[in-house]
Amino acid sequence: MSARLLFALCLALTWTSVLMQDLCTEGASDGYKVRLSIKTALGDHAYEWNESEMFLFKANLAYAMRRHFNMQTYNVSNIIVCDETPRVSFWFVVANPADTSQLIPGGEVEEAVRKSRNRINNAFLLTDQTLQFLGIAPTLATTVIPNTPPWLIAFIVVICVVSAGILALLVSTFMKKIRKEKGVLEEEKLENVYENGIPRDGPEGKAGSLNGGFMEDERHTQL
Amino acid sequence: MKLKLKLPNPGLEDRIPSHQQLEKMEEEEAGDRPKWDSKTQYMLTCIGFCVGLGNVWRFPYLCQTHGGGAFMIPFLILLVLEGIPLLHMEFAIGQRLRKGSVGVWTSIHPYLTGVGIASMLVSFLVGVYYNTIMAWVMWYFFNSFQSPLPWTHCPINDNRTGLVSECERSSPVDYFWYRETLNTSTEIGDSGGLQWWMVLCLVCSWIVLYVCCVRGIETTGKAVYVTSTLPYVVLTIFLIRGLTLKGSVSGIKYLFTPDVNELMNPSTWMDAGTQVFYSFSLAFGGLISFSSYNSVHNNCEQDAVIISLVNGFTSVFSATVIYSIIGFRATEKFDDCSGRNILALMNAFDLPEDNVTQSNYEDVLRSLNNTSPEIIQGLNLKTCNLDTFLSEGVEGTGLAFIVFTEAITKMPVSPLWAILFFIMLFCLGLSTMFGNVEGVVVPLQDLDILPKNWPKEALTGLACLVSFMLALIFVLGSGNYWLALFDSFAGSIPLLVIAFCEMVAVVYLYGIDRFNDDIEFMIGHKPNIFWQVTWRVISPLIMLVIFIFYLVTKVSEELTYLVWDPSSENFPILDNAYYPSWIYVIIFILAGVPSLAVPVVALFKFIYNRCCRKPDRYDHETLSTVSAKVQMSEMQVKS
Repeated sequence: MSARLLFALCLALTWTSVLMQDLCTEGASDGYKVRLSIKTALGDHAYEWNESEMFLFKANLAYAMRRHFNMQTYNVSNIIVCDETPRVSFWFVVANPADTSQLIPGGEVEEAVRKSRNRINNAFLLTDQTLQFLGIAPTLATTVIPNTPPWLIAFIVVICVVSAGILALLVSTFMKKIRKEKGVLEEEKLENVYENGIPRDGPEGKAGSLNGGFMEDERHTQL
Repeated sequence: MKLKLKLPNPGLEDRIPSHQQLEKMEEEEAGDRPKWDSKTQYMLTCIGFCVGLGNVWRFPYLCQTHGGGAFMIPFLILLVLEGIPLLHMEFAIGQRLRKGSVGVWTSIHPYLTGVGIASMLVSFLVGVYYNTIMAWVMWYFFNSFQSPLPWTHCPINDNRTGLVSECERSSPVDYFWYRETLNTSTEIGDSGGLQWWMVLCLVCSWIVLYVCCVRGIETTGKAVYVTSTLPYVVLTIFLIRGLTLKGSVSGIKYLFTPDVNELMNPSTWMDAGTQVFYSFSLAFGGLISFSSYNSVHNNCEQDAVIISLVNGFTSVFSATVIYSIIGFRATEKFDDCSGRNILALMNAFDLPEDNVTQSNYEDVLRSLNNTSPEIIQGLNLKTCNLDTFLSEGVEGTGLAFIVFTEAITKMPVSPLWAILFFIMLFCLGLSTMFGNVEGVVVPLQDLDILPKNWPKEALTGLACLVSFMLALIFVLGSGNYWLALFDSFAGSIPLLVIAFCEMVAVVYLYGIDRFNDDIEFMIGHKPNIFWQVTWRVISPLIMLVIFIFYLVTKVSEELTYLVWDPSSENFPILDNAYYPSWIYVIIFILAGVPSLAVPVVALFKFIYNRCCRKPDRYDHETLSTVSAKVQMSEMQVKS
């Protein structure tokens, strides 16, 4: 009696699993093809694709479904995988936990995967390009647009430096001009000593003509 | 050996300072003429003027298209026969007559003022568009201070569904150059309005140039210590970096592999001749000015040889660097292309990764084609050829702003390499601009059209301001097309005319015998047989041949230009469009006006002499230039 029961149970189990397998076919309308390029992504650090990795994948997908529907009922057994190839690609469908003969519609699966795409990628150390869900477009990364374009900042810095350079040059030209005029005045005063070709003798100079070189002495030494 | 053929030139002795006067000026250090602080400054300035963007982006292209290593032969031959003699001649005549270009030619013969004016006009026109290229370099430089570089990825379109279509169909670097930098219109007639960001960059480049040139060689002499040496440092860094990248050696090998058959092609020799000529910045008048600030007994022969060799070496060196990076880029593209093909094969046939590699790709493809050809057809596999990618090495702005920037994005720490590269380009261009400004400002002073009491700062400022206003054409939407037009016509034919007139003037009007004596006075020995032969016969002949060839080629070819048109069917390949008919007027102004200045001014002076002035047998035609007046009056005071 118990043997018969056992036999019937086994038959039922295999029949359901076969039924469930029937749900997953290549090209199923509610299923998606997944392709992994582990060696391309990781090179020397690539891991072997085996049953444990597949289990991780199913677990991730179940997590994605839980997160999307906010229900705790999804389990690894609800994810059905078929058509595995050595490329490391396979098809999967998601069965409804309430009624395992029904599949979750493809649109819902897509939404769920999209929401948790980042988490799934990171679990496998892959990216959108190396862990492909064919048919689910990767969400484009939003580019951060800064308020001031970076080139404007560099431009302002350069302009400030260059303007400082111009100011410095113009100021130095101005100072040179003032110094030159002062120097010319000094020279003119010195030249007066040799007016008319007759050199003046004596340090005190001729009374009546100013000798700039000795002006200071004249004030202090009354000779 | 005295030359029998010499044109009559009365009054020459009165127009030029004699040897005794030169000795006196040298001893007493008289004159208000500026002087070099040191020989190094002079050499660096001349090297900076000669070594420019052409060495980096024209020579490597010519080398690669005309048979690689074999191109060195015509290049070196013409360097020796054409470049060095012309350079020595310009240095010697400037050092002897101690004036700018207008002053020198007017001293030799009053009717030759036109040659100086033509030099000034060409320097002005070339300076206007050359500094716009500097503005483009500055724009890229400003944009290099971010990671990732803005030309790495295509931007996302407005409704966030994908990438911008124009960028997706071409490439991020093309898009950044044609759309975000130039915002180019589809034809030269469609102006497209001023692009404000380019106007800002243009303002910046002209201000930087003004700061460096404001007091003539006083300020440029200091600036060249940086602008002339920095490019060599950066090139060395890039060479070391390039050689450590994968595929660089294949680039260098591709560049230098000789194809001796190219030597039979006349266009190879013509391109070598024009490259040598333009590379030396001859006939701009800047070199004559620079050497006139030297002391009288400076060894100009040695200078000419050294500068020519440095120029040649720089061309070859930068070609090596550029092609090492191009080799790297080509190898990356080849790897990408074959990677894509391999991926397509693996995905279609669900083969495990690592089954198909670059080495067995062909065999696998063949076997798969035998078993299932329809699938292979459907894959649309592209053939990847490394040589095709290597030959994509373009010239000019395409090399700097498209090909090289793409290579930089593939290197690690890209912003650093981008900053270094654009600083190098900026320094190369800036040091050439110093010579252009010198070639415009000094003739302006000599021609006496502006008030004498204006300081040099004001003159330089005026020249920069007028050039900036004209350069606004190049920051319109169609600016790129205008620049290509200026480059083809303003900077080519007039220079050949001027150089030929210079040679004829010195050898036959001034007198090669007098010139030989001058050089003996200046450097201590007469120029040897090599100089005699090249000055009298070989160099003028080469100039004439190049000029005729060039003119014939330009006139016979159809006037077309390349346009970037997103709506065309060949996109992203540039379309060949015809110039509108009013362009011919512009071309005539660009090429004709400077060239015709030579005969027109001569004719004008001739008529003026005959009709308006009393015919004087010994017409002194004393120059009323600043430098002439000051020299003579100083000597009167001292003596």
